Amino acid sequence: MNTIASIAASYWIITNVLVILGFSLLGWVLWSGSHHERWQRAWVRFRRDRLGIGALCVVGLYLFVGALETIQFPSKDGGSKSLLDVLLTGHIQDEKTYSAPLAKTLLNDFNPEPLKGKHLLGTDALGHDTLSQTLKACRTALIIGGLTSAIYIPVGTILGLCAGYFRRRVDDVIQFVYSTLASIPEILLLVSIMLVFDKGLIQMSVALGITSWVGLCRLIRGETLRQSERTYITAARALGQSHWQIITRHLLPNVMHLVIINFILGFSGVILAEAILSYLGVGSPVGTASWGTMIDGARAELSRDPMVWWNITAATGALFGLVLALNLLGDSLRRAFDPKRG
Amino acid sequence: MPLLEIRNLAIHFHTEGGVVEAVKGVSLSLEKGETLAIVGESGSGKSVTGLALTRLLPEPPTKYVSGEIIFDGKSVLAMKTDELRKLRGGRIAYVFQEPSTSLNPVFTIRNQIAEAIQLHRPEVKDVDAEIIKHLDLVGITNPAQRLHSYPHQLSGGMQQRVMIAMALSCRPDLLVADEPTTALDVTIQAQIMDQFRELRSKMDMAVILITHNFGIIGNFADKVAVMFRGKIVEYGTTKEILGNPQHPYTQALIQCIPRLGAKKKRLITIDHAALEAAGA
Repeated sequence: MNTIASIAASYWIITNVLVILGFSLLGWVLWSGSHHERWQRAWVRFRRDRLGIGALCVVGLYLFVGALETIQFPSKDGGSKSLLDVLLTGHIQDEKTYSAPLAKTLLNDFNPEPLKGKHLLGTDALGHDTLSQTLKACRTALIIGGLTSAIYIPVGTILGLCAGYFRRRVDDVIQFVYSTLASIPEILLLVSIMLVFDKGLIQMSVALGITSWVGLCRLIRGETLRQSERTYITAARALGQSHWQIITRHLLPNVMHLVIINFILGFSGVILAEAILSYLGVGSPVGTASWGTMIDGARAELSRDPMVWWNITAATGALFGLVLALNLLGDSLRRAFDPKRG
Repeated sequence: MPLLEIRNLAIHFHTEGGVVEAVKGVSLSLEKGETLAIVGESGSGKSVTGLALTRLLPEPPTKYVSGEIIFDGKSVLAMKTDELRKLRGGRIAYVFQEPSTSLNPVFTIRNQIAEAIQLHRPEVKDVDAEIIKHLDLVGITNPAQRLHSYPHQLSGGMQQRVMIAMALSCRPDLLVADEPTTALDVTIQAQIMDQFRELRSKMDMAVILITHNFGIIGNFADKVAVMFRGKIVEYGTTKEILGNPQHPYTQALIQCIPRLGAKKKRLITIDHAALEAAGA
């Protein structure tokens, strides 16, 4: 018991370290990229793209909120609470049950009780403030998106490059694997993996990772086939470079724009998949704030009288904002990084 | 001992549509510092022969059916991957036909030449100075400023010069130029060929020039091998072959060269059926 308690106590330290590590990694990538001519050119082009800058700011805002929720402090009752809790709970108190946005009383026809505080977006069935739940769900979405991408992007890229470069046997095996995976309906596969693994954010990321590398792999394979026909690959071999050098130094940079756009677009796809899985009841574990769970709850809420519309609206709005921003950002990045544009 | 000796080399491609006999028993030899031109039409097996020198053809479908390639006393066909990689670029360097796709579009020319130097001459300390030296050697003006250009910012002639500089920067003993001027316009062709001539004497390296154009080899090559349908049909010094071609295919090829100031008439075409009937 003691060890479990100590693990629970140190949990907040681990998540904090992970947040710091994650942001340092992002910073390091940007810092090392800024010394690279290709990134500098891309940045010059990206800066002129107002829509792209706007999208970047929106994505940054979501990242910031997600980070606030991930940074944990030990609380008095032995558990831990996030920085976002600390910032919000001073002002927002839980009610007993539903209340409409900015209402003064609970949503209860027979015995309307006065509320303890004001709630910009109302409260849910358990009396939690909808706005703070929506903000907390950013963390879930970003963790799912980030972890899944960290699994499927390297897998899809490496397998795609190998299939396109080595061809023959290697290509046959990789194509066989992904064709088999792609022939199973994705949602069914996801649901069955989740039923085996049980609910959980990491489990969900692994399940999504297993199913989402196929598209990227196919794309990278096709582009690699095209690129390796070019003379510069023969020229690289004629210079005595090894397969590894040719793949990493010559082919990877030439398919990188596809990886970047696929990462950004895939990110929003994964967040949507999380919402779908949660809606189907096999997604986020109970007690984790997630947009999918909020939308799932709306099945019962929309049929009530008076209708409880604010939960689904807040979750859908937040989801829409992030997905739209990521799509716009992906487009702008592709434009900025495409080597064919001056 | 000759620098390069090819004995009775035969190369087949095993494709789904059957076996293609690309090279049927080619024998050649090349001394140090010598220049050989391999002339022939498309599909005659001249490029395949060039690529086979360092086993650059993909295996499979390529099969080296018979023969030997001896470079500097060692059999290339018996070499292991590591030895081949040292040979490629380090001892035998290539310049290809299409300069616009021979350079990696996402790297600056400095990056690409530096890669070649670091691979084969790791002892070079000041890589930038070495690159500038070689860019200057191939006639690129303002080489220091060109270092950070991307391939698409250079003209076709410039790109080909960069490719030549890259090939030379590894100090090869043999340079294989596979149709180096075909994609360039005529004035640039002449400049590049002049450059080759100058460099060959400066660097003391052997050159194999693969071309379909008899017009450019006249002042350039010591020896000529004429290839037709995977075989060498005529082999000798440039003077002999240009002055007194024996084989009907060689004669036809020489007649194909358009001449400035000649009386206007139709250029002859090569009649394959007639050649076949003559037993070529």
